[in-house]
Amino acid sequence: MKLKIISFLFILNFESLIANTLIKDPNLIFKNLRCLICQGQSVADSNSEFAQTLKLVVKDKIAEGKTEEEIYNFLIEKYGDWIVYKPPFNKANTILWILPYIVLVIGGFFIFSILRKKDNH
Amino acid sequence: MLKLIIRIIPLSLIGFIIVVFFIGLNKSAIYDTKDLVGKKLEKIKLDHLSDNIVITDKDLQKNNYTLINFWASWCVPCLDEHPFLVQLSKEKNLKILGVNYKDNKNNALKFLDRYGNPYHYNAKDFYGKQSIVFGIYGIPESILLDKELTIIKKFVGPINKKDLNFIKMTLGNL
Repeated sequence: MKLKIISFLFILNFESLIANTLIKDPNLIFKNLRCLICQGQSVADSNSEFAQTLKLVVKDKIAEGKTEEEIYNFLIEKYGDWIVYKPPFNKANTILWILPYIVLVIGGFFIFSILRKKDNH
Repeated sequence: MLKLIIRIIPLSLIGFIIVVFFIGLNKSAIYDTKDLVGKKLEKIKLDHLSDNIVITDKDLQKNNYTLINFWASWCVPCLDEHPFLVQLSKEKNLKILGVNYKDNKNNALKFLDRYGNPYHYNAKDFYGKQSIVFGIYGIPESILLDKELTIIKKFVGPINKKDLNFIKMTLGNL
Protein backbone atom coordinates (compact mmCIF):
# COMPACT_ATOMS: atom_id res chain seq x y z
CA MET A 1 0.00 0.00 0.00
CA LYS A 2 2.81 2.34 1.02
CA LEU A 3 4.57 1.62 -2.24
CA LYS A 4 1.42 2.46 -4.19
CA ILE A 5 1.03 5.79 -2.38
CA ILE A 6 4.70 6.66 -2.96
CA SER A 7 4.41 5.73 -6.64
CA PHE A 8 1.23 7.80 -6.96
CA LEU A 9 2.88 10.83 -5.33
CA PHE A 10 5.94 10.39 -7.51
CA ILE A 11 3.85 10.32 -10.72
CA LEU A 12 1.80 13.29 -9.50
CA ASN A 13 4.95 15.26 -8.77
CA PHE A 14 6.50 14.29 -12.10
CA GLU A 15 3.37 15.38 -13.95
CA SER A 16 3.40 18.79 -12.28
CA LEU A 17 7.11 19.11 -13.08
CA ILE A 18 6.40 18.43 -16.75
CA ALA A 19 3.52 20.89 -16.68
CA ASN A 20 5.91 23.57 -15.41
CA THR A 21 8.54 23.00 -18.03
CA LEU A 22 6.74 22.02 -21.24
CA ILE A 23 4.78 24.71 -22.99
CA LYS A 24 1.98 23.17 -25.01
CA ASP A 25 0.39 26.31 -26.39
CA PRO A 26 2.60 29.30 -27.35
CA ASN A 27 -0.58 31.42 -27.56
CA LEU A 28 -0.66 31.53 -23.77
CA ILE A 29 2.67 33.36 -23.88
CA PHE A 30 1.67 35.56 -26.84
CA LYS A 31 -1.42 36.71 -24.90
CA ASN A 32 0.75 37.90 -22.02
CA LEU A 33 3.09 39.88 -24.29
CA ARG A 34 2.35 43.48 -25.18
CA CYS A 35 2.72 44.54 -28.81
CA LEU A 36 4.89 47.64 -28.33
CA ILE A 37 3.85 49.32 -31.57
CA CYS A 38 0.11 48.60 -31.37
CA GLN A 39 -2.45 50.42 -29.25
CA GLY A 40 -3.68 48.09 -26.50
CA GLN A 41 -3.09 44.86 -28.41
CA SER A 42 -1.28 41.76 -27.29
CA VAL A 43 1.22 39.98 -29.51
CA ALA A 44 -1.40 37.23 -29.95
CA ASP A 45 -3.91 39.72 -31.40
CA SER A 46 -1.49 41.63 -33.60
CA ASN A 47 -0.23 40.95 -37.10
CA SER A 48 2.36 43.71 -37.03
CA GLU A 49 5.92 43.07 -38.17
CA PHE A 50 7.12 43.28 -34.56
CA ALA A 51 4.49 40.82 -33.26
CA GLN A 52 5.25 38.34 -36.04
CA THR A 53 8.98 38.46 -35.28
CA LEU A 54 8.34 38.08 -31.55
CA LYS A 55 6.15 35.03 -32.23
CA LEU A 56 9.00 33.42 -34.21
CA VAL A 57 11.49 34.09 -31.41
CA VAL A 58 9.15 32.73 -28.70
CA LYS A 59 8.55 29.58 -30.78
CA ASP A 60 12.33 29.17 -31.15
CA LYS A 61 12.80 29.55 -27.39
CA ILE A 62 10.10 26.92 -26.75
CA ALA A 63 11.85 24.57 -29.20
CA GLU A 64 15.11 25.17 -27.29
CA GLY A 65 13.28 23.91 -24.19
CA LYS A 66 13.06 27.25 -22.35
CA THR A 67 10.37 27.60 -19.69
CA GLU A 68 7.68 30.28 -19.77
CA GLU A 69 9.49 32.21 -17.03
CA GLU A 70 12.81 32.05 -18.87
CA ILE A 71 11.16 33.42 -22.03
CA TYR A 72 9.57 36.30 -20.09
CA ASN A 73 12.88 37.07 -18.37
CA PHE A 74 14.68 37.13 -21.71
CA LEU A 75 12.17 39.58 -23.18
CA ILE A 76 12.06 41.74 -20.02
CA GLU A 77 15.85 42.02 -20.22
CA LYS A 78 15.54 43.30 -23.80
CA TYR A 79 12.43 45.51 -23.57
CA GLY A 80 11.82 46.09 -19.85
CA ASP A 81 8.76 45.16 -17.72
CA TRP A 82 6.46 46.92 -20.21
CA ILE A 83 6.63 43.96 -22.61
CA VAL A 84 4.59 41.71 -20.26
CA TYR A 85 1.04 42.34 -19.17
CA LYS A 86 1.66 40.61 -15.84
CA PRO A 87 4.59 42.52 -14.38
CA PRO A 88 7.13 40.65 -12.24
CA PHE A 89 7.32 41.44 -8.52
CA ASN A 90 9.95 44.13 -7.90
CA LYS A 91 10.57 47.24 -5.79
CA ALA A 92 8.76 49.57 -8.19
CA ASN A 93 5.47 47.68 -8.15
CA THR A 94 5.44 46.31 -4.59
CA ILE A 95 2.29 48.29 -3.71
CA LEU A 96 0.49 46.95 -6.78
CA TRP A 97 1.06 43.38 -5.62
CA ILE A 98 0.58 43.90 -1.86
CA LEU A 99 -2.41 46.27 -1.93
CA PRO A 100 -5.10 43.62 -2.65
CA TYR A 101 -3.93 41.62 0.38
CA ILE A 102 -3.91 44.73 2.60
CA VAL A 103 -7.43 45.61 1.42
CA LEU A 104 -8.51 42.00 2.08
CA VAL A 105 -7.17 42.05 5.65
CA ILE A 106 -8.63 45.51 6.44
CA GLY A 107 -11.97 44.54 4.85
CA GLY A 108 -12.04 41.26 6.75
CA PHE A 109 -11.31 43.05 10.00
CA PHE A 110 -14.01 45.61 9.25
CA ILE A 111 -16.68 42.98 8.50
CA PHE A 112 -15.62 40.97 11.55
CA SER A 113 -16.00 44.00 13.85
CA ILE A 114 -19.47 44.83 12.41
CA LEU A 115 -20.64 41.23 12.90
CA ARG A 116 -19.26 41.13 16.44
CA LYS A 117 -21.02 44.39 17.30
CA LYS A 118 -24.31 43.02 15.92
CA ASP A 119 -23.90 39.86 18.05
CA ASN A 120 -23.35 41.95 21.17
CA HIS A 121 -26.57 43.88 20.52
CA MET B 1 -16.12 54.73 16.61
CA LEU B 2 -17.57 52.29 14.08
CA LYS B 3 -19.69 55.05 12.53
CA LEU B 4 -16.57 57.15 12.10
CA ILE B 5 -14.78 54.25 10.39
CA ILE B 6 -17.80 53.73 8.11
CA ARG B 7 -17.59 57.40 7.08
CA ILE B 8 -13.81 57.43 6.65
CA ILE B 9 -13.55 54.28 4.53
CA PRO B 10 -15.64 55.45 1.50
CA LEU B 11 -13.91 58.85 1.60
CA SER B 12 -10.43 57.35 1.67
CA LEU B 13 -11.47 54.91 -1.07
CA ILE B 14 -12.61 57.80 -3.30
CA GLY B 15 -9.40 59.69 -2.49
CA PHE B 16 -7.33 56.63 -3.34
CA ILE B 17 -9.12 56.14 -6.68
CA ILE B 18 -8.59 59.83 -7.57
CA VAL B 19 -4.85 59.58 -6.75
CA VAL B 20 -4.47 56.35 -8.76
CA PHE B 21 -6.24 57.85 -11.79
CA PHE B 22 -4.27 61.11 -11.50
CA ILE B 23 -0.91 59.28 -11.47
CA GLY B 24 -2.02 56.72 -14.06
CA LEU B 25 -3.37 59.24 -16.58
CA ASN B 26 -0.37 61.53 -16.25
CA LYS B 27 2.04 58.69 -16.91
CA SER B 28 3.03 58.15 -20.54
CA ALA B 29 1.66 54.87 -21.93
CA ILE B 30 4.14 54.87 -24.79
CA TYR B 31 7.01 52.41 -24.66
CA ASP B 32 10.23 54.09 -23.61
CA THR B 33 13.75 52.82 -24.19
CA LYS B 34 15.33 54.86 -21.37
CA ASP B 35 15.55 51.78 -19.13
CA LEU B 36 17.86 50.09 -21.60
CA VAL B 37 20.60 52.71 -21.19
CA GLY B 38 23.43 51.28 -19.10
CA LYS B 39 22.64 47.68 -20.00
CA LYS B 40 25.36 45.58 -21.56
CA LEU B 41 24.94 43.75 -24.85
CA GLU B 42 26.26 40.20 -24.73
CA LYS B 43 26.50 37.19 -27.00
CA ILE B 44 26.27 39.11 -30.27
CA LYS B 45 26.39 36.74 -33.22
CA LEU B 46 25.40 38.06 -36.63
CA ASP B 47 25.94 36.64 -40.10
CA HIS B 48 27.70 38.87 -42.60
CA LEU B 49 25.48 40.32 -45.33
CA SER B 50 27.43 38.88 -48.26
CA ASP B 51 30.42 36.90 -46.93
CA ASN B 52 30.56 33.71 -44.96
CA ILE B 53 31.70 35.46 -41.77
CA VAL B 54 30.13 35.75 -38.33
CA ILE B 55 30.32 39.12 -36.55
CA THR B 56 30.54 38.70 -32.77
CA ASP B 57 30.77 40.88 -29.66
CA LYS B 58 34.53 40.29 -29.66
CA ASP B 59 34.81 42.17 -32.97
CA LEU B 60 32.90 45.13 -31.53
CA GLN B 61 34.95 45.22 -28.31
CA LYS B 62 37.93 46.31 -30.41
CA ASN B 63 36.20 49.65 -31.09
CA ASN B 64 36.07 52.65 -28.76
CA TYR B 65 32.46 53.25 -29.78
CA THR B 66 30.08 51.25 -31.96
CA LEU B 67 26.84 52.33 -33.54
CA ILE B 68 24.53 49.46 -34.43
CA ASN B 69 22.04 50.52 -37.11
CA PHE B 70 19.08 48.39 -38.19
CA TRP B 71 18.06 49.27 -41.74
CA ALA B 72 16.45 47.93 -44.92
CA SER B 73 16.36 48.98 -48.57
CA TRP B 74 12.53 49.05 -48.44
CA CYS B 75 12.51 51.41 -45.44
CA VAL B 76 11.90 55.02 -46.54
CA PRO B 77 13.04 56.71 -43.27
CA CYS B 78 16.31 54.75 -43.59
CA LEU B 79 17.05 56.80 -46.67
CA ASP B 80 16.56 60.02 -44.63
CA GLU B 81 19.16 59.01 -42.06
CA HIS B 82 21.64 57.62 -44.58
CA PRO B 83 23.55 60.91 -45.22
CA PHE B 84 24.05 61.27 -41.43
CA LEU B 85 25.42 57.73 -41.22
CA VAL B 86 27.80 58.49 -44.09
CA GLN B 87 29.00 61.53 -42.12
CA LEU B 88 29.44 59.45 -38.96
CA SER B 89 31.40 56.77 -40.83
CA LYS B 90 34.25 59.30 -41.13
CA GLU B 91 34.61 59.60 -37.34
CA LYS B 92 37.81 57.97 -36.08
CA ASN B 93 36.52 56.71 -32.71
CA LEU B 94 33.40 55.15 -34.13
CA LYS B 95 32.64 52.02 -36.12
CA ILE B 96 29.20 51.38 -37.56
CA LEU B 97 27.57 47.98 -37.72
CA GLY B 98 24.71 47.90 -40.18
CA VAL B 99 22.17 45.12 -39.69
CA ASN B 100 20.06 44.58 -42.79
CA TYR B 101 16.56 43.75 -41.51
CA LYS B 102 14.05 41.49 -43.33
CA ASP B 103 15.43 42.46 -46.71
CA ASN B 104 16.50 40.96 -50.00
CA LYS B 105 20.30 40.65 -50.25
CA ASN B 106 20.48 42.02 -53.83
CA ASN B 107 18.27 45.01 -52.99
CA ALA B 108 20.39 45.72 -49.91
CA LEU B 109 23.63 45.65 -51.90
CA LYS B 110 22.11 47.85 -54.63
CA PHE B 111 21.03 50.36 -51.95
CA LEU B 112 24.60 50.53 -50.57
CA ASP B 113 26.05 50.86 -54.08
CA ARG B 114 23.69 53.70 -54.91
CA TYR B 115 23.77 55.75 -51.69
CA GLY B 116 27.18 54.78 -50.29
CA ASN B 117 28.18 52.25 -47.67
CA PRO B 118 28.67 53.86 -44.24
CA TYR B 119 29.03 50.50 -42.48
CA HIS B 120 32.33 49.07 -41.24
CA TYR B 121 30.51 45.79 -40.62
CA ASN B 122 27.58 44.59 -42.72
CA ALA B 123 25.33 42.01 -41.13
CA LYS B 124 22.01 40.45 -42.09
CA ASP B 125 18.89 39.60 -40.14
CA PHE B 126 16.61 38.26 -42.85
CA TYR B 127 14.00 36.81 -40.46
CA GLY B 128 14.24 39.68 -37.99
CA LYS B 129 14.92 37.31 -35.09
CA GLN B 130 18.22 38.98 -34.16
CA SER B 131 16.45 42.32 -33.79
CA ILE B 132 14.73 40.97 -30.65
CA VAL B 133 18.14 40.25 -29.08
CA PHE B 134 18.91 43.96 -29.51
CA GLY B 135 15.53 45.12 -28.19
CA ILE B 136 14.50 46.54 -31.56
CA TYR B 137 10.78 47.01 -32.31
CA GLY B 138 10.84 48.82 -35.65
CA ILE B 139 13.31 50.24 -38.13
CA PRO B 140 15.32 52.37 -38.44
CA GLU B 141 16.69 52.03 -34.93
CA SER B 142 20.25 52.54 -33.75
CA ILE B 143 22.16 51.73 -30.58
CA LEU B 144 25.29 53.58 -29.49
CA LEU B 145 27.67 51.38 -27.47
CA ASP B 146 30.92 52.04 -25.67
CA LYS B 147 33.98 49.76 -25.64
CA GLU B 148 32.41 47.49 -22.96
CA LEU B 149 29.32 47.21 -25.18
CA THR B 150 27.22 49.14 -22.68
CA ILE B 151 24.27 50.99 -24.22
CA ILE B 152 24.89 54.76 -24.16
CA LYS B 153 21.77 55.68 -26.10
CA LYS B 154 19.11 54.14 -28.27
CA PHE B 155 17.79 56.11 -31.24
CA VAL B 156 14.28 55.16 -32.25
CA GLY B 157 13.51 56.34 -35.78
CA PRO B 158 15.90 57.90 -38.29
CA ILE B 159 19.09 59.54 -37.03
CA ASN B 160 18.78 63.30 -37.44
CA LYS B 161 21.03 66.34 -37.05
CA LYS B 162 20.43 66.44 -33.27
CA ASP B 163 21.38 62.77 -32.90
CA LEU B 164 24.44 63.33 -35.09
CA ASN B 165 25.61 66.12 -32.77
CA PHE B 166 24.92 63.97 -29.69
CA ILE B 167 27.03 61.13 -31.10
CA LYS B 168 29.84 63.51 -32.08
CA MET B 169 29.74 65.06 -28.60
CA THR B 170 29.91 61.59 -26.99
CA LEU B 171 32.95 60.80 -29.13
CA GLY B 172 34.48 64.05 -27.94
CA ASN B 173 34.63 65.53 -31.42
CA LEU B 174 32.32 68.49 -30.96
